[in-house]
Amino acid sequence: MSHHIVEAIDLCHCYGDGTQALTNITFRIHHGESVALVGANGAGKSTLLQHLNGVLLPTSGTIRIGEVPLVKETLRDIRRTVGMVFQDPDDQLFSPTIGQDVAFGPLNMGLPPADVAARVHEALERMEALHLKDKPVYRLSAGEKRRAAIATVLSMTPDILVLDEPTSGLDPRARRQLLGLLKAFRHTKIIATHDLDLVLELCPRTLVLHEGRVKADGSTREIFADQALLTACHLEKPLTMQGCPKCGGIP
Amino acid sequence: MHMADALISPAVGGIFWSASMTAVARSSRKVQQDLDGSRIPLMGVLAAFVFAAQMINFSIPGTGSSGHLGGSLLLAILLGPDAALLAIASVLVVQALFFADGGLLALGCNIFNLGFLPAFVAYPLVYRPLAAGSDGRLRQTLAVLLGALAALQLGAFGVVLETVLSGRTDLPFRGFLLVMQPIHLAIGVVEGMVTLALLTFLRKARPELPQLAGPGGVTRRAAVALGLLALLLGGWVAWYASKHPDGLEWAIQRIAGQQALPPAVGGWHGRLAQVQAGTAVLPDYHFRGSREGSRAATSLAGVAGGLLTLLLVAGTGWILHLRKRRT
Amino acid sequence: MANLGDRFRDLGRMDTMGSRESGLHRLDPRAKVLATAAFALAVSSFGRYEVAGLLPFMAFPVSLAILGEVPGGYLLKRIGLALPFVLLLGVLNPVLDREVLLQVGPLPITGGWLSFLSMALKLVLTAASAVVLVAITSMDGVCQALERLGMPQVFVVQIGFLHRYTFVLVEEAARMLRARELRSNGHDLTHREFGPLAGHLLLRTWDRAQRIHQAMLARGFEGEVHLLRRPSFGLQDALFLGAWCVAFLVLRLVNLPLLMGTLVSGGAQ
Repeated sequence: MSHHIVEAIDLCHCYGDGTQALTNITFRIHHGESVALVGANGAGKSTLLQHLNGVLLPTSGTIRIGEVPLVKETLRDIRRTVGMVFQDPDDQLFSPTIGQDVAFGPLNMGLPPADVAARVHEALERMEALHLKDKPVYRLSAGEKRRAAIATVLSMTPDILVLDEPTSGLDPRARRQLLGLLKAFRHTKIIATHDLDLVLELCPRTLVLHEGRVKADGSTREIFADQALLTACHLEKPLTMQGCPKCGGIP
Repeated sequence: MHMADALISPAVGGIFWSASMTAVARSSRKVQQDLDGSRIPLMGVLAAFVFAAQMINFSIPGTGSSGHLGGSLLLAILLGPDAALLAIASVLVVQALFFADGGLLALGCNIFNLGFLPAFVAYPLVYRPLAAGSDGRLRQTLAVLLGALAALQLGAFGVVLETVLSGRTDLPFRGFLLVMQPIHLAIGVVEGMVTLALLTFLRKARPELPQLAGPGGVTRRAAVALGLLALLLGGWVAWYASKHPDGLEWAIQRIAGQQALPPAVGGWHGRLAQVQAGTAVLPDYHFRGSREGSRAATSLAGVAGGLLTLLLVAGTGWILHLRKRRT
Repeated sequence: MANLGDRFRDLGRMDTMGSRESGLHRLDPRAKVLATAAFALAVSSFGRYEVAGLLPFMAFPVSLAILGEVPGGYLLKRIGLALPFVLLLGVLNPVLDREVLLQVGPLPITGGWLSFLSMALKLVLTAASAVVLVAITSMDGVCQALERLGMPQVFVVQIGFLHRYTFVLVEEAARMLRARELRSNGHDLTHREFGPLAGHLLLRTWDRAQRIHQAMLARGFEGEVHLLRRPSFGLQDALFLGAWCVAFLVLRLVNLPLLMGTLVSGGAQ
């Protein structure tokens, strides 16, 4: 059985103040799939992501990673399997230098120092960030911070990568570089984003969330072609699928 | 108000260093015992917040001057005494290293004055008893204001005590005290008002924050014990200092007198006296004591040698600089 | 402290210096921290009237600054920032202590002036050594040294957190102040405004702490912090520390300027 499966069954979450954030979410993501999670602000994307490695626990329903249900007792293993990249790299990069930050996860896993060093090297190299190793975080550009943040997760060798808005705040070049790097990953990927062009490029499958429910789950091309669905969920077609302003044709 | 290396003697610095570091070690153990470690990032960013909030200067009505947050009591209320001590101490370490505010030796004094006294004396003995068990606005206000006043009065007293014990200034104990305490009364009122404004805002915006009640880090008995310890320590330091104005200096003087100054010294001492007699324009000035006297007698040599040393240091520096450039 | 923003920009500059590569930078941070501590101890152990004996100690910060390529102007600026407080406390010395202790030519010098001068000199020396220490070690290096010298890990991590997030929060505070200033029509900030303004900053800080904690949990944090250790103390480090300690001891016991001055003025006779 593969460990790379992510499954939600009738997942509901209700915040302490009574807000119903997620209602009856059900989906199954298979090994190696790359799935986009789209939806307007407040649709429940972040809440859903926070369930995937147990930052939040379901009010009702279940989450399964591999065949393991996510409960308090399995948190430790699940957090090794699911690597979570937060939206704001400033929250994720909390150590004095990048190298130490990338070492944080492996050190918590109790690895011997030599292995930790090797993993730090590998993760940084993979993200084209080896030169940042001894730099303090505040010296980095937004793109560098983002790559470093992903490296902090890669060093734990997760099977599943969860990314929250990976391209927000990046300039076109940094975005392009990041896209190239993400494309090369063979992990199961779940990407929450407003960047629908990224979705088109990276994710064959899309989940549309609206007001805490799954509105659509299927092929990205088909979903983005459904104008009525997009409008109902406060979304817009990705630029590359919008008609040419001059001739009205689709490239 | 920060103590600086230049203001203290090694004996005073050393004693307060060991006291403060003992407290820091004890608090570290306590914080580490925290179940999930959620206070670790919280105290980190709250300490950074104190720095950031100090950028927000406000005008004090009727005085033409401006004030800003000190933050010790605020941290104690938000984090509890143990985490607060670590947070304040970390602020002081960064100030000592980066801004050269204070210095390494004076760090112990500063952690004691600005961290230990507010978190382990003012907070548990003044703020908590007043604030506990009542949500009344007046009571809360009073608790914060008096807590801040106590914290600053204690801190100011610490500065006076350490300065006078070190004997690097000529400020007399009584006179210095009579200046410092009233000034810090005013600063304490401002600090209290600012802390209160922040807490009031926070309570309105986030009534659910449980930490605002202040985790009961110290029991009252422990607080009293710590307070007594502080007093005892202060008393002992005072006694020690009055017996030996400067223990380490005295020790070094003895070592120097017996070993490092060879008999030849007598020779140049003698020659020096001649020089002195030859150059003094006003030969009838009096000396303070034999030690000071012999030092005064060497005045010319001191000045000449001082200039020479400066030249030497500058010259060596220049050579190093040149070598550095060539490589 | 209106220039706090500038001070923090300086802080960043110092860290950049600290991460440069030079023989000094490569030394074990512990050697540098201990040498600086020994320096502070030696300097502060001089009596209140000592001036000449302190001068040779300038060699420590000056040589380290040059070898570590710390710009002199920058160093002076930082020391200048630290001066006012001590001068405030020391400035009464000349008034309180008018006894003439020295006679330099026609100029009588009182004990008060001597002790004031001594204090100022000590301040310059210790401030310079602290600034140079960070500039040749980096804050991270100093933290590592403190941890390996026996400071509690939680405390060292705390210093690291503070250092890291100071930059984030100071930037946030600066943005808020700019936004206020644009709409304030030149009015000063009153203490009534302080609560909401700083309060918002505090709230955001609090939320950030929670997100950081989540990020830590997500990477296997279970309440205990582990740090990666660096290479161990070598011969070079021992030599560096040992040589400076011996130098401090000798300079503390032998008043070098006085000795030289005596030789010079003795020769002149």
